[in-house]
Formats: sequence, structure tokens, C-alpha cells
Amino acid sequence: MSTSVIADIERIESAAVDRLRAAPDLDRLRELETELTGKQSELSGAKRALGGLGPDERREAGLALNRVRAAVSEAADGRRAELEAAARATRVAAERLDLTEVRAERSAGHLHLVTQTMEELEDVFVGMGFEVAEGPEVEDDWHNFTGLNLPAFHPARDMQDTFFVDRGEPGDVVLRTHTSPVQLRVMAEQGPPIYVVIPGRVHRNEARDATHLATFHQIEALVVDRGITFGHLAGTIEAFTRAYFGAGFSSRLRPSYFPFTEPSAEFDIQRPDGSWLELGGCGMVHPNVLRNGGIDPEQFTGFAFGFGIDRLALTRHGVADLREILSVDVRFLEQF
Amino acid sequence: MKVLYSWLREMAPFDHAPDVVSDAFNDLGTPVDAVTRLGEGLTGIVVARVLALRSHPKADRIGLVDVDAGDGEALQIACGAFNMAEGDLVPLATLGTTMPGGMEIARRQMRGEWSNGMLCSSAELGLGSDHAGIRVLPAGLVPGTPVADALGVAPDVLWDLEVNANRPDALSVAGLARDLAARLGVPFTLARPEVTTAGAPAADALTVEILDPDLCGRFGTWLLRGLDPTATSPEWMQQRLVHLGMRPISALVDISNYVMLELGQPNHPYDLAGVPGAGFRIRRARETDSLRTLDGVERTFAPDDLLICGGDDVALGIAGVMGGAAAEISPTTTDVALEMAWFRPEAVGRTGRRLGLRTEAAARFERGTDPEVIDLAAARFAALAAQICGTTLAPGAVDERGDLPDRAPVRVRTARVNQVLGTDLDTPAITALLDPIGFTSTPVEDSHGDLDVTIPTWRHDSTAEIDVVEEVARHFGYAHIPRRELATSRPGRLSHAQRRRREVRRLLTGLGLTEVMPLPFLAPDQLAACGLPTTGIGLLNSLVAEESVLRPTLLPGLVGAVATNATRRRTGVCLFEIGHVFLPTETRAAPTGPGRPDLLPDEREHLGVALAGAEAPEAVQVWLALAARLGLDNVDVANAERPGLHPTRSAIARVGGEKVGSVGEVDPAVLDALGVGERVAWLEVDLGALLATAVGERTYRPVSRFPSSDVDLAFEVPGDVAATDLERALTAASPLVWSVRLFDTYRGPGVADGRRSLAYRVRFDSPERTLTDAEVADARQALIDAVTGAHRATLRG
Repeated sequence: MSTSVIADIERIESAAVDRLRAAPDLDRLRELETELTGKQSELSGAKRALGGLGPDERREAGLALNRVRAAVSEAADGRRAELEAAARATRVAAERLDLTEVRAERSAGHLHLVTQTMEELEDVFVGMGFEVAEGPEVEDDWHNFTGLNLPAFHPARDMQDTFFVDRGEPGDVVLRTHTSPVQLRVMAEQGPPIYVVIPGRVHRNEARDATHLATFHQIEALVVDRGITFGHLAGTIEAFTRAYFGAGFSSRLRPSYFPFTEPSAEFDIQRPDGSWLELGGCGMVHPNVLRNGGIDPEQFTGFAFGFGIDRLALTRHGVADLREILSVDVRFLEQF
Repeated sequence: MKVLYSWLREMAPFDHAPDVVSDAFNDLGTPVDAVTRLGEGLTGIVVARVLALRSHPKADRIGLVDVDAGDGEALQIACGAFNMAEGDLVPLATLGTTMPGGMEIARRQMRGEWSNGMLCSSAELGLGSDHAGIRVLPAGLVPGTPVADALGVAPDVLWDLEVNANRPDALSVAGLARDLAARLGVPFTLARPEVTTAGAPAADALTVEILDPDLCGRFGTWLLRGLDPTATSPEWMQQRLVHLGMRPISALVDISNYVMLELGQPNHPYDLAGVPGAGFRIRRARETDSLRTLDGVERTFAPDDLLICGGDDVALGIAGVMGGAAAEISPTTTDVALEMAWFRPEAVGRTGRRLGLRTEAAARFERGTDPEVIDLAAARFAALAAQICGTTLAPGAVDERGDLPDRAPVRVRTARVNQVLGTDLDTPAITALLDPIGFTSTPVEDSHGDLDVTIPTWRHDSTAEIDVVEEVARHFGYAHIPRRELATSRPGRLSHAQRRRREVRRLLTGLGLTEVMPLPFLAPDQLAACGLPTTGIGLLNSLVAEESVLRPTLLPGLVGAVATNATRRRTGVCLFEIGHVFLPTETRAAPTGPGRPDLLPDEREHLGVALAGAEAPEAVQVWLALAARLGLDNVDVANAERPGLHPTRSAIARVGGEKVGSVGEVDPAVLDALGVGERVAWLEVDLGALLATAVGERTYRPVSRFPSSDVDLAFEVPGDVAATDLERALTAASPLVWSVRLFDTYRGPGVADGRRSLAYRVRFDSPERTLTDAEVADARQALIDAVTGAHRATLRG
């Protein structure tokens, strides 16, 4: 009897394993599992039949039944894994895409070259402890000229050909020719200590050509504090040069003249290859300008340095003609 | 200002290499624009006599010249210039010569005729700028002589220097030599020539009357008798004038220019016979005055122009600017009245600018000439004129003085010098730097090394302590001032508004928009062409009429940019600009402080967005995205006609019910006129105002862990009820509302005319529990009640 029970069990095993291994798909596999291991299955019937056996036979047959159940379950798991792998392979093959066919359709827009350059410069100065100050493009004579130690008929006014705005008497109101009027505004509104940079758009009444713009952009730094010296001016320009241009760059100052600074200088940047770039003007803030800004020049001293940024922005990208900076052609703008 | 090595050396005996001198010029604030080596490479160029001039058989523009190069033989040269005559002496570059420009001279054929060398122009010799013709050499030279020997050309160096407005002294050879001598450590000497005098004193013949002493500080006249009208200025003088950029004209004019270049003192020789009454009256111009200046232009004057008049009170010249034709030196001149004066710089500058006359004299007077160099300059002039033109100087001068600037010593504190420069100079070091440039100093008793510094008369620009500090720095050398780092511990930071402006730029580029920066100027008719009121403020002196109005809005510029791209076959461009606009203001009362804020326009920072190929709702989307990024509350739009925009597709953009801009679509008529064939969605807001808006920290609203419930509600709403108003009411109707989302709008059959259906999905939740069906039903009813009454909405079935 017992032999026949065990033989039945083993017969069930080989038939069940064969059928599971032959299951054509996952659905059929699930049906087969139910059929072969469910309540109606032969295995369940064999388990029920154990009750009619003697203790020894029952233990022996029970062990056999457990082994067969494990074998059937393993066969089902194995087949399931095979079928799942096949299904995944089929799906993956069917979904193949060539991602190199993708082209930019919805690309991000572009910041203007002037903005990119200005923000980078602002960041460098912020890193050096400066704040950013701004002011109007239309200025009165006092802020643009007279208050900056450039009285009427001063020969240096020729250095900055000026657009006059139709307000008041001719010359009362102008398009600012430099960002320096903001110096007076910051001095009056904030007072020392002052550590600011002033970026902005300025205007000169000059014919436009490949190397001159009537409307362009400047940034200038202004420091007013106790104990500020010409040595700090030179040191700060050097620090800025390394921070913005890079470690291999250095700077030099050459005497020059600006009415709003004294002593005044031009500053040049030396590239790693030894060539020079004439960048901008600088100097110690003239005592008259400090006074006009409501600051006692005996207590406080200061320096300023500034430069145009359009040429800087363009030459970096190999653009030779300054007028390109005015371009509204997206074929130009999208390159940056 | 141009200057020659040889001329500088007459006053400062330096022997430094030209490169060292260039570095010194750069370092002293007179930067070198160009350096030219002169008189080099003349080997092989000889004097030749023109024997015959023949035409070229095959060419009109080339002639054949037979020359004698010293051996008596006729040598054929082909030449493209025709300015010489038979018998003239000309420079010939012989075969094998390398020209100063590097060209090698070889025997060659020109259209079939042999040329055995090249005849040279002044420019080709490096002895001037004249390219036009062959240089004709002075008669009397021997053919075959090297040109360098024949002309006495010694190698020289010509510098072209930039001179700043604060360096009146640097507009003279002497001034540059003084500065250079101080830097190079050689003595500087300016000797006053001895001139013998004869005849009746000048005072017997001349009178001078300064009627406006505030504008004329000194007016000296000297009398030179016996001018040889046939005299010409010597070759060396002409050479120097040419090198320094002046044209030789006549002996006396050349001497006048030479003295001006050498000493910086402009001067004017008059034909005494042409000066009525032999008298000079220096006075302000009157309305009735007029003068034909040397350039042939008839001039009239403003009240502060200063005139030099004859004894008859008729204008002879404009003081410091330009003379008239009346008393010009002519071939019949025998006696010369020489003027050397000092005029108020501001006045000369003003007059010169107003008349558009930027003469060499005016350039010097307006920077401030040296009133005390006049005696030396007059002696130099008289000595040269005696030598060259055979004149005799009359004894004395008629030399009147008006108001000269007060040159009281300036107190210079050693401590202040170091305070400004960051140096550690002691008083003797400062004195040692100042002495060689004529800033003489006297120690102040009982002080900490303070000095009383007398500013030299040739430095009109310098009047204050800081001016002397600059001279100390200049001669100490900027490169020697120790560099220092700032010792600030202040944190640098962008302001709230600046950070938000950057966020706006990033948002817009993220939305696919590209930034443009068109000019802020418009043509006068451009606003009208864009359907906008013509409120732009004008410029008085624009470069061109198309750029004569300051923009009051970004619309014309940005729509113009769309049009530009469209004509270049780029449609669908999405652009933005952040820039200033200039709005007219009511004139306010004049302020008490400095400046004229009452006259300034209302200047604002705007953001403009132009979306080509897009319709108005897309511009509203940009506005809503912008407002969300800026964290603005109570943002909406109110349909309204806006100038320049599509009348039925435009709205006011609002924050808290206040207008901050316009949104919609550009008026199709405007686009047609600009040739733009696509729709352009438009947004313009007062960005400055939005950036300045204080945004409070947002209070946290707890997020529920419990499931939420969605309810869909569709209302039929009258056309004049804004969807945003309805939404606000729905949101406020129950505390259980988490979100209200408009998911459909419908107009058409089933909805009454003039009304539309607005369908919302409302999500309810509670942070404390899962809502029961009854709670959701109550909340739903509260929402319906909130809008059916107040907003005339009806729930659709």
C-alpha cells in the first residue's frame, strides 16, 4: 500500500513538473499551478489519503509529499522566471528608440551677452564684499557733470560728448555719459562706508562704427571709507583682475586724468601671453566729489575704477564689430 | 602732441634709448600713441638733377625722367609723379637700396621702359607726410651727394603723445622736456636768448588797452622792424614743423608756430601797417561786431567772446582762437607787431567750442598757458626773426596786465600725501620729487613736515593740495606705490530686488524666451505707428532723427525686433527685454538741494515680452508664471482695451487690484504696418515696481495625510463676471477647499447667449481626518451658495 502511495506521489511529480515546464505563457502557468496544487489537485488528494496510512507509512509518504510539493513549486517558479524574462525581452525589443534622433525643439531661451557678462562681473564683486547700486539713465547736469568736479565749460567735458534731453534749458538734463552720477547718489543716500559696484547703460553722442558705440555699458566700483589709499585702489584692481580674468593675469596703472578722481590712472590688464588690454580708468575720489556727496574728505578717502563691458563681452566670443551688441537677430542671440 | 628726440635734448641732455624714453612718457601720464624712427634707411638715396622729362610711349600715368646722379650720365627713371621741372634736384633711390619702408629698389621694366631706380616723395623718405609728389630738394646741392648728408638729416625719433586736459605744460616741447628730465635725472635748462635792440622804443609806436581785464590777464606787444619779405624759414625748422604736424607757410608764420610748439605760448604777428592806429583794444564782443576769420568764414559773436580790436575798435581777431585777414603778414610787410598774451581759459574754451574752431592756439589757451613764459617766448621769437628774416627788435615792449589767477602757495601736508597714496614718504622725499618739476616748497614752521608749495605758472590746472599729491604720485611712480588688499569684513550681497530680477530672467529663458537689448530711442512717428500716444521725451541732439525720442514703452522696440527677425525668415521668435522707459511727469517745484530732480522724467524699469506666432492667452500664461515666481498675491487680469493692443484681446495685468501692466496681443493693424504676418502675444509690466514689492514670508499650510475628495462643479456664468472672481469666491467658501482648478470653459448650444460654462474641479481635504460623505456634501453646497447669489452663477446639471 505505502509503496503504491509513494509511487502515486512520484508519478504526480513527474507529470506536474513536465506540464509546468511546458506552460506556454504566464496565464497558463497560473492555471496549471491552481490545477496541480489547488484543493482539487491530485496532490491534495494524496495528502488527504495520508490519513488512512499507518504511522510509519504516513511519515514516509508525508516526507515524499513535501519533497514533491517543493519540486512542483520550484518548477513553477523556474518557468515563471523564464516566461517573465521572455516577455521583458519581447517588450524591450519592441520599444527600442534611437535617442540620437532627438533634436532640440523646445530649448531654453538665451540671456543677452551683456547680461551674462554683467552678472558674472557683479558676482565677482559681490564675492569681494561689494553691493550693487543702480541709478537712472537720464540725469541732471549736476549729477553727471558739475557735482563730479566737471563745471560748465571745463575742457574735459569734451571727453564725453553728450546727448541733451528736452527738459528745462538745453543741457539741464542729459543721458548719463558714465555710471559715475550714481556715486553721488550713493554718497548722499547711504554715506560711508561705501563698497558698491555700479553697472549700467550709458550714452555718448558719437557716431557708431565697428569700434565705437553711442549706447554701451559700464561697471564701476566705488569704495569710500576711513584709511582708503591709492595702494588699496591698485590692490583691489589686481584682486579683481585675478578673480575675473584668472590667475595668470595681472594689472598695471598709468597716470591719466579724470576730473572726478585725483590722482587718476588708466589701468591695463596683462594677459598670460604678455600682451596688454587697456581696460578702464580709475583714481582716488576727488575731495570735491566727496564734498558734493556730503562726505568729509579729511575723514574719509575713497577710490573708483570702471570700464566698458561691451567690448569685453564681444571679444571673448571673437565678435570684432561692436555694433553686433545691438543686434536683435535671434541667429546672433541664440549663439550665447 | 608730437615731439622729437633732438628737440627735447636741446633742453634736457639725456642719452637714454628711445624705448626708455617711451616708457618714461607712458609712466608720466603722457602715453605714447606712436613712435617713428626718422632718418634711418636713407643709405643709397642720393641727390639727382632732372635733365629731361619725357612721356612714356605706352602709358599716360607714368613719365620718363632722365637724371644725373652725379656721374654726368643720363639715367632713365620711370616715375608716376610729374611735379618736378628740368633742373630740379630730387632724391633718387639707387639700385640695391632698401627703402625705410622695407622695399628693395631693383632695375625693372614699367610697361616696356626700363627704370634704373626710384625718385622719392617726402613720405617715402620718412621725412614727412607728403605722398603726392616727388620731394624737390633745395637748389645748390651737388648731385651724387647722399640725401642724408645733403639735408643734414640726423637720425631722430618722433613720439606722438596723448596729452590730458590737466597738462597744459605737455603741449610744448619744453614742458615735456622738463617732465622727462625730472624722471630721467638730468638737468633741465630753458635759456632766454639775448636779443640786441635798436631804434625807437616800442612804446613810441604801439598802444595796448585791456578793456575787460577779467578775460585777458596779460597782453604784451613787441615791435620788429625791417622784415625781409623774401626770407624763407630754414630747412631744419621746416622739418621740425612738418614732423610735429604743421605745414610750413612763410618765414614769420613758421617762426610763430615754432615758438608755440617749443614753449607752448601761442602768439600772433601782425603787419603793423594793417593795425589801425597801431593800437590794440582787448574787449568783449558786441552784437554789432563781425569778423572774417583766416579760414574765410564771416563770424558773429556772443557777449562773452573776447575780441582783439585795432585802434579804431574794429575786430582784428578772436582772442586766443583765430585771427582775421586784416593785418596778416604779406609780401609788403616791413614792421611787425608781435602779440603774446594770456587769456582766461574758460572763455577761450567757450568761444572756441561755440564757433567750432579747435585751433592749436585755442587748445593751449583753454588749458591755461604760462603767463610768465611770455618774455622768454618773445625773446625767442625776436632772435629767430632776426636770424631768419633780418628784423630788428625795438627796445622795450607794450605789455599790459589784466587779472591773472592768484597763485598763493598751497599747504601740502606730508601726512595727507601718505594718507591718500598709502605711501611712507618723508618730507625731503616729497620735496625731491617736486623740485625738478618746478613745484618749489618751503617747510612750514612748527608743523609735522608740512610744506607751502608754490605751483609753477605753467601748471594752471593745479590749485589745491590734491593736485600736488598727484604730482608726487606721478613722479614717485604709480608702480612703486605698495598695493594693499581691502580690509573690509562686509558681506557682499545682491539686494532683494536684484536677486528677484535675476530670477525673472531665469524664468523667462526657462520658458524659451530670448533676451534682446534694442536701443532705447525711437523715431518721432514710431509711437503713433504703434497706435500709442506720442508721449516720448525728445533728445535735442540725436545722432539721427530715427533715434530722437526716448521710449515711454518697450513695445516699439520689441515688436520691431520681431519684424526684423521676420524679414530674415525667422518667425515665431519669443523675445523679452528688461530696460528703462522714460515717462513725462508734471513739472514739480524746483528743489533746494543739488541737481534738478524736478526736471527728470519718470524713469522706470519695464519688462516686455513678445511671443510671435502666439495668441493673447500665452502672454497671460507668462504673466501668471512671472507673478507666481515673484510670489505675488492677488494677481489677475482685467479685460480692457489697451493702446497698441488688439481691442478685444487685451487686458490690464493687476496685482491686488492695482494696474501693473498690459497683456494681450499686439494690434493686428500695427503688425500689418510693420509687415509682421503672424500674431504677436504681448506683455509689458512695471518690473521695477514688482521687484520692489515686499513679499512676506508665506505661512505654511499643513499638508493632509488623509485621503482627499474631488468634486466637479460646472456653473453657467454671465460674460461680465470674471472667472478669477468666481474662483476667489469658491476658494473662500469652505475651509476644506485645498484647490480650485478651472478645467473647462464652454460657450455654445446649451448655454444661454452672453453666458458661458465654467467647470471646476475642487479638491477637499482636512489635515485631521478623512472627510465623510456628509462633510463633503455640505462643503459642496457652501461653494454653490457662495457663487449663485453673489456672482449670478447657476449650477449646471
